[in-house]
Amino acid sequence: MTNSISEISGAATILAIGTNTTQAHPVLALQVKKAARNGANLIVANPKDIDLCRHATIHLQQRPGTDVALLMGMIRVIVDEGLTDKDFVKTRCEGYDELIASLVDFDLDSVEKITSVPKEEIARAARLYATNGPASILYCMGITQHSHGTDNVWAISNLALLTGNLGKASAGVNPLRGQNNVQGSCDMGCLPDVYTGYQKVENPDCRKKFEAAWGVSLSPKQGLTHSEIFDQIHDGTIKSLYLIGENPVLSEANASHAIEAMEHMDFLVVQDIFLTETAKMADVVLPAATFAEKNGTFTNTERRIQRVRQAIPQVGEAKADWQIVCEMAKRLGAKGFDFNEPEEIMAEIASLTPSYAGIGYPALEKSGIQWPCPEPGHPGTPMLHVGKFPTVSGKARLMPLSFRDSVELPDAEYPLLLTTDRSLFHYHTGSMTRRVAGLEQLDSEEFLKINPKDAAELGLGDREMVQITSRRGQTTVKTKLTRICPPGLVSMTFHFAESPTNVLTSSALDPVAKIPETKVCAVRVEKV
Amino acid sequence: MSSVTITIDGIKISAEEGMTVLQAAQANGLYIPNLCNHPDLRPAGLCRVCVVKQDDWKITISCKLPVKEGMVISTEDPAVQQIRKNTVELLIANHPMTCLTCEADSKCELQRVAHYVGITPDSINRYRRSVRSIPLDTSNPFFDIDHNKCIMCGICVRTCDELQNINAIDYAQRGVASLISTLGNKPIAESRCESCGECVVRCPVAALATKKSLQPMREVRSICSYCGVGCGIHLGVRGDKIVGVRGDQENPVNRGSLCVKGRFGYRFINHPERLTTPLVKKDGVLVEASWDEALDRIVEKFSEHKGEKFAALASARITNEDNYLIQKFTRAVMGTNNIDHCARL
Amino acid sequence: MSFAELQKKARQEWDELQNGDIPQIIVGTATCGRSAGAMAVIKAFEDALKEKGVQAVIVEVGCIGPCYAEPLVNIAKPGKAVIAYRNVTKAMAAELVDSYLIGDDPLPHYTLGTIGEKTVEGIPRILDTPSFKPQERRVFRNCGIIDPTNINHYLANEGYAGLNKALGMTQEAVVDEMKRSGLRGRGGGGFPAGRKWEAGLKAKGSQKYVVCNADEGDPGAFMDRAVIEGDPHSVIEGMIIAGYAIGADTGYIYVRAEYPLAIRRLERAIKQAHEKGFLGKNILGTDFSFDINIFPGAGAFVCGESTALTLSIEGKRGMPRVAPRPRTTEAGLYDKPTLLNNVKTFSSAPMIITRGAEWFASVGTEKSTGTAIFALTGKVNNCGLIEVPMGITLREIIFDIGGGIADGGKFKAVQTGGPSGGCLPEALLDTPIDYDSLDAAGSIMGSGGMVVMDEKTCMVDVARYFLDFTEIESCGQCVPCRLGTKQLLDILKDICKGKGKKKDLELLVELSHSVHGGSVCGLGQTAANPVLSTIRYFRDEYEAHINDKCCPAKVCKPLIAFHILEDKCAGCTLCARSCPVSAISGEKKKVHVIDQKLCVQCGVCMEKCPKKFSAVECVSPKEKIMEVA
Repeated sequence: MTNSISEISGAATILAIGTNTTQAHPVLALQVKKAARNGANLIVANPKDIDLCRHATIHLQQRPGTDVALLMGMIRVIVDEGLTDKDFVKTRCEGYDELIASLVDFDLDSVEKITSVPKEEIARAARLYATNGPASILYCMGITQHSHGTDNVWAISNLALLTGNLGKASAGVNPLRGQNNVQGSCDMGCLPDVYTGYQKVENPDCRKKFEAAWGVSLSPKQGLTHSEIFDQIHDGTIKSLYLIGENPVLSEANASHAIEAMEHMDFLVVQDIFLTETAKMADVVLPAATFAEKNGTFTNTERRIQRVRQAIPQVGEAKADWQIVCEMAKRLGAKGFDFNEPEEIMAEIASLTPSYAGIGYPALEKSGIQWPCPEPGHPGTPMLHVGKFPTVSGKARLMPLSFRDSVELPDAEYPLLLTTDRSLFHYHTGSMTRRVAGLEQLDSEEFLKINPKDAAELGLGDREMVQITSRRGQTTVKTKLTRICPPGLVSMTFHFAESPTNVLTSSALDPVAKIPETKVCAVRVEKV
Repeated sequence: MSSVTITIDGIKISAEEGMTVLQAAQANGLYIPNLCNHPDLRPAGLCRVCVVKQDDWKITISCKLPVKEGMVISTEDPAVQQIRKNTVELLIANHPMTCLTCEADSKCELQRVAHYVGITPDSINRYRRSVRSIPLDTSNPFFDIDHNKCIMCGICVRTCDELQNINAIDYAQRGVASLISTLGNKPIAESRCESCGECVVRCPVAALATKKSLQPMREVRSICSYCGVGCGIHLGVRGDKIVGVRGDQENPVNRGSLCVKGRFGYRFINHPERLTTPLVKKDGVLVEASWDEALDRIVEKFSEHKGEKFAALASARITNEDNYLIQKFTRAVMGTNNIDHCARL
Repeated sequence: MSFAELQKKARQEWDELQNGDIPQIIVGTATCGRSAGAMAVIKAFEDALKEKGVQAVIVEVGCIGPCYAEPLVNIAKPGKAVIAYRNVTKAMAAELVDSYLIGDDPLPHYTLGTIGEKTVEGIPRILDTPSFKPQERRVFRNCGIIDPTNINHYLANEGYAGLNKALGMTQEAVVDEMKRSGLRGRGGGGFPAGRKWEAGLKAKGSQKYVVCNADEGDPGAFMDRAVIEGDPHSVIEGMIIAGYAIGADTGYIYVRAEYPLAIRRLERAIKQAHEKGFLGKNILGTDFSFDINIFPGAGAFVCGESTALTLSIEGKRGMPRVAPRPRTTEAGLYDKPTLLNNVKTFSSAPMIITRGAEWFASVGTEKSTGTAIFALTGKVNNCGLIEVPMGITLREIIFDIGGGIADGGKFKAVQTGGPSGGCLPEALLDTPIDYDSLDAAGSIMGSGGMVVMDEKTCMVDVARYFLDFTEIESCGQCVPCRLGTKQLLDILKDICKGKGKKKDLELLVELSHSVHGGSVCGLGQTAANPVLSTIRYFRDEYEAHINDKCCPAKVCKPLIAFHILEDKCAGCTLCARSCPVSAISGEKKKVHVIDQKLCVQCGVCMEKCPKKFSAVECVSPKEKIMEVA
C-alpha cells in the first residue's frame, strides 16, 4: 500500500476493485465501511454483488477480466472532461502523450461493450473519483490474478496519477496483501530476481554487496518463478524442492500439473505445522513452529514491520523455521548461519537492506515501523511518493495500455466462467482454519455459487451435488443458488480439500508477474 | 476546538467543546456511573444511570449532554441519586443473581454500578423479582447469548451497526418483552452475524459471553497470523497452551478490532494433529524420525542437487527472519536464485 | 379553473342538494356507524324506497359524535327541518319510509332532535338539548354534515378557502396568524402550534417535511379517526397550508393501519385534491408545490410519539429519540426540518386562516383557546365524541353532556388523557378543562380520552389496568420505562391480590417519580400518572387493600367473597344452576350455601339471584364472611 490503513476512513472517495474486502480483509474493511458511513463515495468494481456493495455509492459490475477496459474508460472520461490534475501530471508524471494516444480504443461505447457496464455508470464513477479527493484505490487478487494482471495494475496507477491521488493522505494505490507476511517475504528477497529490499540479482553492485556480506559467490542469473519451478520439476530439471509452509496441492492453479510434478520429483522436503495434502507427498517432512512459538517480525500490507513474540514453548520437537534452516546450512558446511535469536537475523537484514536499515527490535516495540526506514531513529514512512517517486527521473510513468481478453473464455463446451474467492471463515487451503472446530461449524464445505437463472437452465436445485469440469480437471461440489453471481459466472473458494477448486483453474500466466489467471477460466457444470 | 470549563460536584474541570459531560468527566478521571455508554460508540442514553442535575435545574443524562462554558453539574443531587438508585435496583430485580459462576464476574459493569449507588439487600428485597427464563442461544460455536442477563444497553446493537456495519442484531418486541434479536429471532448462527465477537467483547454483563473460556494466566503481545492486515493481538497463555486472543487496543492497525479468524481461530496452535517430529519416507510411507535422521537425509540429497537442480519455495506465512534465512540458504548455500514463494496466490 | 370558479361550482352542487325537490337520507357511515349497523340500515332504506317507489337520495356522511345514538340517520325533506333519528334499525328504516317520506308523520319518539334553524313541533332542536348545548363544533364542523368522499361538499363549506387565502399571504403572515390564534397542539402536549410553525419556517434546509400524526393509539380515543373519516379534506388543507408556511414540499400522514376506512377516505381525498389543483405542482397557479403520502402505521402505541413516528416512516423501529436532541422542527424525518402536528391541529388551521385568529380565540380560555374534543366513555349515559370550548368544567361535561352516571350510579372518578393521564375525584369536578388546570390537578389533556367511573370501580385496579397497557406498549429501550412500569404493575397486581406489603405504597410513589424523571420520552415520563393520581386521591383504597385485604369497590377477586343470606334465600336454585364451578349447594325451597373453597368470585350468583330476594351478598375482605356466619 502506498498509504496506511488508518488513512482509508479519511478518503472522500474509495474505489474498491477486485477486492472482496469484507471477506478477505475484514478488519481493514471496517475502515472502508466507516468512510462510507461518514459520507465518502464508495465505488465497488466487482463482477459479483459482494457484501461491500451494500455500502457502495456505485457498483460497477464488470465482466471478469475486463478491468483494463473499465479503468481506461474511466480515464478517458476524466481526460475528455478535463478532470485531470494538470499540475500533478506535469510535474510528477511522464508518458502522458503516449497514454492519451492509447485512449483512442477506449471510447465509452466500446468500453460498455467489453465490460457490460452501462457507460453512464462508468462516467459517473469516473467523475466521482476525479472530483472528490482524496481518492483511494484498494485492490486485491481480483486485479492481479489475471493473464493481464500487470496491465490491470498499470491502469490503476494511471488513474491515480492522472488525478494526483498519490503522495497525499487518504489517497493512493493500495494493494491489499493476502497473507500475513507476503509483504515481508517479498521484502526479504524470496523472489527469483531480487535480494532483500528489491535489490536486483542482475545488478552487479547489489550482488557484490551480498557476496561480500555472505562470504560466497552468488549466481548472477535470475531464478525461476513459482510456476516455472513446477514446470521444471515436471521436466526433470529440478531434482530437489524445499517447500515451506505452502500447500500447492490445493493452492496451485491447475493443481494437477503441480501434483504430477511433485509425484515424479527426486526429493521433496516439506516444512509445515500440519501434515498437509502436499506434505503427504514429501520424502522428508519437518515440523515447524507456529507464530505463537517463536520470535520474529511480520510486515503487513501497509509495510508495517511488527513484532511477533513467542508465547508458548515449541510443540513437541517442532522448531522455528529459521532454526531449521540454520541447522541445515551448518550441516552443509555453510558459514553465516550462527544465529541464536531472530533479533540477530534482523540486524543482518538491516545491514543489507536500505529500506530496513533503521529496523531493530527495540524500535519496533511500540507499534512497529512502516518501511522505508533508512536509518536508526527514523520514524518510518506511512505514506510513499510524497513529492518524488523512487525512479531514476523521480517521475512516475503513465503507461499506454490496450485491452486483452482473458486467455480462456466460456464457449459452447465450457459455457460458464469460473472465478475464485474466499470465505470469511477460512484461510487459504484451510490447513489452520479447518482445524478450528468452530470455524468448521460455521462453514464446513465448498459450494459452487451459481445464479438461479443458470441453475434453472441446468435443472439444478440448491445444495445439489454437481460435477464441475474444466479443460484441466474436474471435481464435485454442492450448488448454492445466489444472486451474488450474475448469470454466466460461477464462483468457488479453494479452502476445501474435498472439492479442490484449483484442479479446474487456468495456469495461464501474466507475462511479467508470472501470476496465474485463477480469476477466469471456463467450466461446465453437470448433475452428478 | 476551544476548551471550556465546567464544574462537576464542585470540581472545576476543563473540557473540549463537542465533548459530552460524561466524556469530560471521564477525561478528568471522574466516575459517573453508566452502563450503555462505550467510548467507541455514539452515546445512546438508554440506561439512564448517568443521570445528573444540570445548573441546579434540569435532570438530564450526562452521556448526551454537550459541555457548555460555565455549566454546573451535580451527580449527587438527591433527585439524581434517587433516579439512579431506582434504575439500578430495577435492573438488579430483573437480573439473575449468579455472579459467582458468571463469565463477567469482577468485570461486570452492573456490579460496579450497583456498588457505586450502594445497593443493599433491604433495598433490593422491596422489589418483585422477575428474571426472564429465555433459553440460551448456544448456536454460535464461539459465544453464547443469555437474554436473561441482558440489560438492553444496546452496546451490541450499536457495535454491529456503527462499527461493523453488519446489522445482524437489533431490538425486537416491546416493553418488558423487548430483547436483542436477529431477524426473525432466529438463532444467531442462522443470522447474518459474522462472529467477529466485537459485541461479545463490549457486553458490559455476560449476556454475550465466550464459550468455555479459560482465563489466561498471562498475555503476550503479538500479531495475528492470518491475512495481510496484521492486527495486533494479545495471546492469552495458560500453561503451554494458547487459551484466547484479545485485540490490541494500542495497535495502530486494528485498534483492538478483530475478525472471526483472528479472535477465535487460534485452536490450530495446540491442535493434536500438529507435526511434532520429523517424518521420513520409508518404503513409500512417512514414518517418524529423529531430527538427525531427517537432516542427514536432506543434507545427502541437497548436496547432490546444488545449483539449478534445486529450488526453494519460501512462505508468506512465516517471519521475515525465517524468510531471510531461506533465501540466504538458497542463494548462498545452494547456489541458485530459484527461490520464490506463494505471493501470487 | 380559478379557486373562485371551483368554489362557485361546488356551491351550486351543494345548494342543489340542500334545496332540491328530492328528500335526502343522510346516514353516518364512519367506522362507529358501520359497527352499529349503518350499512344494513342503508340497505333497508334502499329496499324500502324501491319497494314503495319513493324517490330519495342516500348520502353517506361522517360521525357527529353521539355514539350512544348510532346508527344515526338524518332525514331532510324538501322544505322541512332536518330530523336526526337515533339507533335506527332496519325495521325503523322501513317504518320511516312509510310514515315520514310517504306520509308526514316524523315519528318523534325515534328522534334525537332537529338540525338547523327550522323546527318541528314535538321535536327539540338538537343544539337545545343538554347534551349538545354546551358543545361548540369547530373541528367537527363538517362531520356528519357533508359527504366526505365529495370534495365539492367540502369546497362549498369554506373548504380550501384557507389555503387560497394563505397562498396570498406571506409565509410569515400565515405563521403569525397561527401564533395569534393561540392554538395549542392537539396531540396532547399542548405546545403552541404557531411557535412550532415558526420554528419550522426558520429551520434551515432546502428539504422540509410536514407530518400529520394520525396514529391514534390511546385506548378509547377515536376522535382523529372521526375527523379523517368525516372530513378528510380539512386535514389535508391544513397540511398544505403548513407546507406553504414552512416551505415544505412533502407531507406524510402517519395513520393507524387499523383505520382502513380512514386510509381509504384519505387516499380518495388526496386524489381529488390533486384533480382540483390543491396538491401537486404549482398549487392554484402559484410557485408552491406540495404532495402528501399516506404511511400506514406500524402498529405500536409508541409510534404516536413524534420522534418514534418519524423513525417509523424511515422504515426503522419506532423508538423515541433520546434527549438532549434537536427538535423535530430542526431534525425530524430523515433528519430534515419537520413540522409534525396532530390531525385536529391541522384540521384547525384552515378555519384559523379563513376566519382569523381572533375568531378562533373567541372561545376557550386565555391560555387554551378554541375547543377541546373528548371521547367520553365509561359510566355515563351519553357516550361519544364531544367538542367543547376550552374552560368548560368536568362537571358540565359529565353531568350535562354526558347525561350523568349510568344506571343511577354515583360518580367516583374521571380519568382524562388516556393511559398516561390521571384520575380525578369528585372534589375536582369543577376543574376547568384546559392544559394547565388539568396538569395542575395531576392529570393531562392528552389525546382526549375521558373515562368516567362510578363507585363500583376499584382505583387500584384502574391503575393496574393502565399500567398493564403502558408496560406492554413501552418501546423497551430505556430502563425506567421498560422495567419501571413492569415493577409498578407487579406491585399493583400483588396489591389487588391482597399480597401488598406495607412498604409498597412508599415504593410505588418512589418508583413513579423515578420513572417520571428517568424515562426517555413522554410516554415513559407520564406512564406512572395513573399510579400517582390514584394514590394521591384514593390513598385509602390502597391502604384498605394492603392493610385490611379489603377491596372497597368489591372488584378485586382475591379480596372478595360471595355468600348467601339465610334470611333472604328462598331456595329458588337459580344460583346453584348458574354457578359455573358448582360451588353452590342446597335443596329446593331451602337455604343455599356457597362453598368458599370452590367459589371463583365470578359473581354470577349475585346477578342471577332475583331482585325480590337479593339474597347474595358480596363482602370484602373475605374474613367478613366469618363474622356474618
